Amino acid sequence: MATTTAAPGAPTSKIGQAALEVDDRLIVAGPLRRTLNKVFPDHWSFLLGEIALYSFVILLLSGTYLTFFYDATMQEVVYEGTYAPLRGVEMSAAYESTLGLSFDVRGGLLIRQIHHWAALLFVASIVIHLLRIFFTGAFRRPRETNWLIGVVLLVLALLMGVTGYSLPDDLLSGTGLRIISAIILSLPVIGTWAHWAVFNGDYVGTEIIGRFYIVHVLILPAIILALIAAHLLILVKQKHTQFPGAGRTEHNVVGNRLFPGFAVKATALLFIVFGLCAALGGLVQINPIWLWGPYNPAQVSAGSQPDWYIGFLDGSTRLFPAWDINLPGDYTIPALFWPTVVGAGLMFTVLALYPMIERKLTGDTAAHHLLQRPRDVPVRTSVGAMALTFYVILWISGGNDLIADKFDISLNAMTWFGRIGCLVLPPFAYWMTYRLCIGLQRHDREVLEHGIETGVIRRLPSGEFIEVHQPLGPVDEHGHGQLAYGGASVPKKMNQVGGARRAIKGFFKPVEEPAEVQRQAELEARGLESEQSDRQSITSGRPSEGGRPSEGGRPQAPRD
Amino acid sequence: MSTTDKHPGSNGSDVAGPTHGGPDDEYTPAQLAAMDRTQLDRLGARYDGVEILHVEPGPVPGSALEKQATRQVTMWFALGAVFAVAFLVVYAGSGWFLPDWEWEVGADSWSALFTPLLGLAMGLSLLCIGIGLVQYVKKLLPHETAVQDKHDGSHFDRVTTGASLMSGLDKSGLPRRKLLLGTLGVMGAAFGAMLIAPLGGLIKNPNTGNPLGTTSWAEGVRLLRDDGTPIRPGDQQPGSLETVFPAVEGGNRQADAATMLIRLRPEQQLSDEPREGQADFSYGDYVAYSKICTHAGCPVSLYEQETGRILCPCHQSQFLVTEGAKPVFGPATRALPQLPITVDDEGYFVARSDYIEAVGPTYWNRERI
Ligand code: HEM
Ligand code: FES
Repeated sequence: MATTTAAPGAPTSKIGQAALEVDDRLIVAGPLRRTLNKVFPDHWSFLLGEIALYSFVILLLSGTYLTFFYDATMQEVVYEGTYAPLRGVEMSAAYESTLGLSFDVRGGLLIRQIHHWAALLFVASIVIHLLRIFFTGAFRRPRETNWLIGVVLLVLALLMGVTGYSLPDDLLSGTGLRIISAIILSLPVIGTWAHWAVFNGDYVGTEIIGRFYIVHVLILPAIILALIAAHLLILVKQKHTQFPGAGRTEHNVVGNRLFPGFAVKATALLFIVFGLCAALGGLVQINPIWLWGPYNPAQVSAGSQPDWYIGFLDGSTRLFPAWDINLPGDYTIPALFWPTVVGAGLMFTVLALYPMIERKLTGDTAAHHLLQRPRDVPVRTSVGAMALTFYVILWISGGNDLIADKFDISLNAMTWFGRIGCLVLPPFAYWMTYRLCIGLQRHDREVLEHGIETGVIRRLPSGEFIEVHQPLGPVDEHGHGQLAYGGASVPKKMNQVGGARRAIKGFFKPVEEPAEVQRQAELEARGLESEQSDRQSITSGRPSEGGRPSEGGRPQAPRD
Repeated sequence: MSTTDKHPGSNGSDVAGPTHGGPDDEYTPAQLAAMDRTQLDRLGARYDGVEILHVEPGPVPGSALEKQATRQVTMWFALGAVFAVAFLVVYAGSGWFLPDWEWEVGADSWSALFTPLLGLAMGLSLLCIGIGLVQYVKKLLPHETAVQDKHDGSHFDRVTTGASLMSGLDKSGLPRRKLLLGTLGVMGAAFGAMLIAPLGGLIKNPNTGNPLGTTSWAEGVRLLRDDGTPIRPGDQQPGSLETVFPAVEGGNRQADAATMLIRLRPEQQLSDEPREGQADFSYGDYVAYSKICTHAGCPVSLYEQETGRILCPCHQSQFLVTEGAKPVFGPATRALPQLPITVDDEGYFVARSDYIEAVGPTYWNRERI
């Protein structure tokens, strides 16, 4: 190791001196060291939030590029650009500039398509991130604030999608806009007033694209940026949760320090997410607005679909029965109001309040920093599965015409399937998931008590056949394991407890000495054991957590 | 690890105060200079509540394993550079030493390859860099397992911060000065209201005139096709549908005027049951219904001749033409409004009046105007 470090007061290298100059002025050495030393848990599911973050960065970059060429006005112009089939057609300047972006700006189509793909990925990663937070119980005290911020971010992301989708002013987005207009109109009492405020008059007017534009590129991004900053600051302050395991407690975080390991991994993920969006943006066509044509209130393209994340609202709207409510005085609450405003409102409200609801119901007000495995909280997991099933049925119903068409089912049958399914299937999903959780729990306990099934059959002197089990830890006189379940994953295959040596590295020819690998493995085992002895463990018996079977991974004495 | 002021107040001479003390008081520069980098790293980490539990060193420097890993990582980064250059070549070279990139319909030439090639090159470049970084972490960096303490809120901090806040409040005297406090509240509310008041500019009265309930159809207004040609009875086959617009300036771009002119088949005409009071809205075997769905305003567009149903593609409401276009399936609640039609002196279709009810989606006070 380098021992040439000079006294901290007098760095000798150029870089050292420059660093000193900076610190003289900004006094950042302390905070910087704390940041570099911050420990991040090493589990893939913690990267989901990061994917959301990176796709947002890509959205900001690509979106800024698009603003250089996009013209958010609804003035009618005649198209004279490169795309021959539309030449001479009257259209809005917004649609014309989007065509221009696609056909007359070098590389414009690539960036447009990257932007759209990144938007789809953004919402998808937020939803999957939310699911991981939900199913592992990461939202429990003290992280309710971040859960709330998260739900708001999800809603804002959907609004981003809706406003962005409308901007090209093509036939598809116009149809979406028409439905948005009808949803606003459907608000009881204030519907028409709200519509006049948003559209500056009757549908469609001349303002809406310009207004959506400023919401899409300024207001929403600013709020999202601020909320992401708050989300991450709170995260840093509260530190990450972690799954239970050897040495992991409610009062620590085990993992990698930010620098260099985690920082490099995070950067790698940014590049991979960006690379994926770029490849999709180039290779997979998305929203080819030139095929839809300019918006015309009298036309619609059959089988038109919104982006995936709006599908559930489309579905709920299709399924909801035709129930206008007529009030005395000839006032009406339109049927459309329920599946859209009320339905979505309820869904997101319940989602936002879930941590509080669970706290009320379970009475668990303690702070938690250790995550739960979904199987260990069967009720929550089943509630989640129930909600997901409901969502998925709505989502499928959003495309029920396509499914009906493809599989030659009657559309009416699909609608009725959705109507009945969204009431009947969720409870069924609850029941199934509950059984599954209990089954998985039992199996964990069984392996802890009897050991791993080795697949080795042995014949006893009495003639009886038994399967040899590999105990995971010390056993009592009956050969029953004494390890208690600690909330961590239980190894169930011999390879997970070192039943096989790791492979020798090298592709064409080995680049390691087999003997050396063997020696390392033994060294490592011994090292882990010695380390293990002076650390308290809520052990899972995972090899990486020091739970190696004592005899070098060889199955021990047969047991019943 | 203390940052506490051990010497409160000034000692008279102008020297650096002790508030930046902490570790600097505990470790002299000489002591620090005697430690190597690893020791200093761990010392700093310990100050941040971080303990390095276990380091699995990377491959032995100079070993075959290290050489192989370095080769791999280098290869990924080099590929990243190669694809980035490929992007630049395609981007800048098109129309220069490569064929022009401009789009031609249906071409499977360079112009159709341009965007895919750009995306492929950019994507591969970024992916290679990403993979290179992952390989770097996996194969070359030492794997370190660290544990960091998590601190609960500090009682000391809570008590002292609370005291600072409350003593400030005490000094302000606000809790005692009730009138001032009340005025502050009123001021805050008025100030806030003033700030958002300009949003009032957005508000417009939707009830001046009857914009939602009227369209530009009126007595004697001709029914025109999208291309502006008028229609005569007999132009259409029985069982067919044509979208028509009012013969006014920009009529074919209006959001609420689009109308379907349908010629019923003879047997449909026999079974036709128009809505109450609208028996005379049709002309011969022709009926005209609004094209704007009463559910959410999509243009209903699919006409199933066999069953006489009009299907809305948005949420699949179905309207039965022979029963006054009343909804028979799906979420729509109201029939499509019917346009009363007749023919003018020249034999062309004209409207007899505007729609007698609002077209398009339902709203709160629709029944009242
Ligand atoms: C714009 C969207 C979002 C971004 C950019 C984002 C970003 C992140 C990041 C980078 C992390 C740390 C890594 C991780 O745990 O995955 C995180 C943690 C967290 N997020 Fe999000 N997130 C977003 C939306 C959401 C949503 C929709 C929810 C839930 C409703 C949520 C709840 C949380 C919680 C509770 C944590 C702390 C988790 C823990 O410490 O285990 N976030 N977020
Ligand atoms: S808009 Fe026609 S069914 Fe919804």
